Amino acid sequence: MPVNTKAIGKTYEPVVYAVGREKIREYARAVGESDPVHLDVQAARAAGYADVVAPPMFAVVYSAPAVGPPIFDPEIELNFAMMVHGGQEFVWGPVVVAGDEITTTASVKDISERDGRGYYVFESVSTNQRGEEVCRGTWTNIVRGV
Amino acid sequence: MAMAQLQAGEQIPEVKVTPDKYLTVRYAGASGDFNPIHIDEEFAKAVGLPGRILHGLWTMAQVARAQTQAAGGPAHLKRLSVQFRGMGVPEQEVVVSGTVSELRDGRALIDTVAEQAGKQIIRNAQAELEL
Repeated sequence: MPVNTKAIGKTYEPVVYAVGREKIREYARAVGESDPVHLDVQAARAAGYADVVAPPMFAVVYSAPAVGPPIFDPEIELNFAMMVHGGQEFVWGPVVVAGDEITTTASVKDISERDGRGYYVFESVSTNQRGEEVCRGTWTNIVRGV
Repeated sequence: MAMAQLQAGEQIPEVKVTPDKYLTVRYAGASGDFNPIHIDEEFAKAVGLPGRILHGLWTMAQVARAQTQAAGGPAHLKRLSVQFRGMGVPEQEVVVSGTVSELRDGRALIDTVAEQAGKQIIRNAQAELEL
């Protein structure tokens, strides 16, 4: 069955995420960050930040909720049970700190087929409350046996 | 190690970490990814996996950590792209290594991988660090 490519270019509703200090600390501990700018408000302020700093990969926390809807969009017909996360890219702008509000918009960048595999590429663009682009993510999901 | 000291062809300091038995549960809570293949041993085996597997994005976070530690802080990491291969498992050491491939205009490109038991679980990864 060929992959359905008609959703290429489709854009989804923006998702707003309020970045909390304790969420950053919880995430930082789960990934083993020891840099005090992620864990200690005083250390973050001493380093010139307004509050604790999100590790770069915290991008998955604020942008993943926006990438869920395309994965489960019936128009895309992505077979989730056969999906693996094949690749990921993030490009970062200014750092995210506790207290920021991040708005993420996801879109379908590409859908293609090679060697019986479907490649579903989604893009997420995240901006902070000042309109600065803090992260752009490219999510490549591979579905076997399309 | 400050980034100013990075030289083309040199390795960045390795990050070595052994995820404990319950790491995937803590990461699921921290990240919001509760896919049962990461947290439910019986479910993982029922779908043909050897057992619970690590979240690929946790492993990618270890690759990111190696870069920010080499560069001297989180603001230096401007780009990271990875390919996930195979699967990582809890209770086995993960080793992230990387080599400076290019140094130009205040930016360093790092070719980097994550290995577990000698197998690459993240490969063809490239990071861009800003001085």
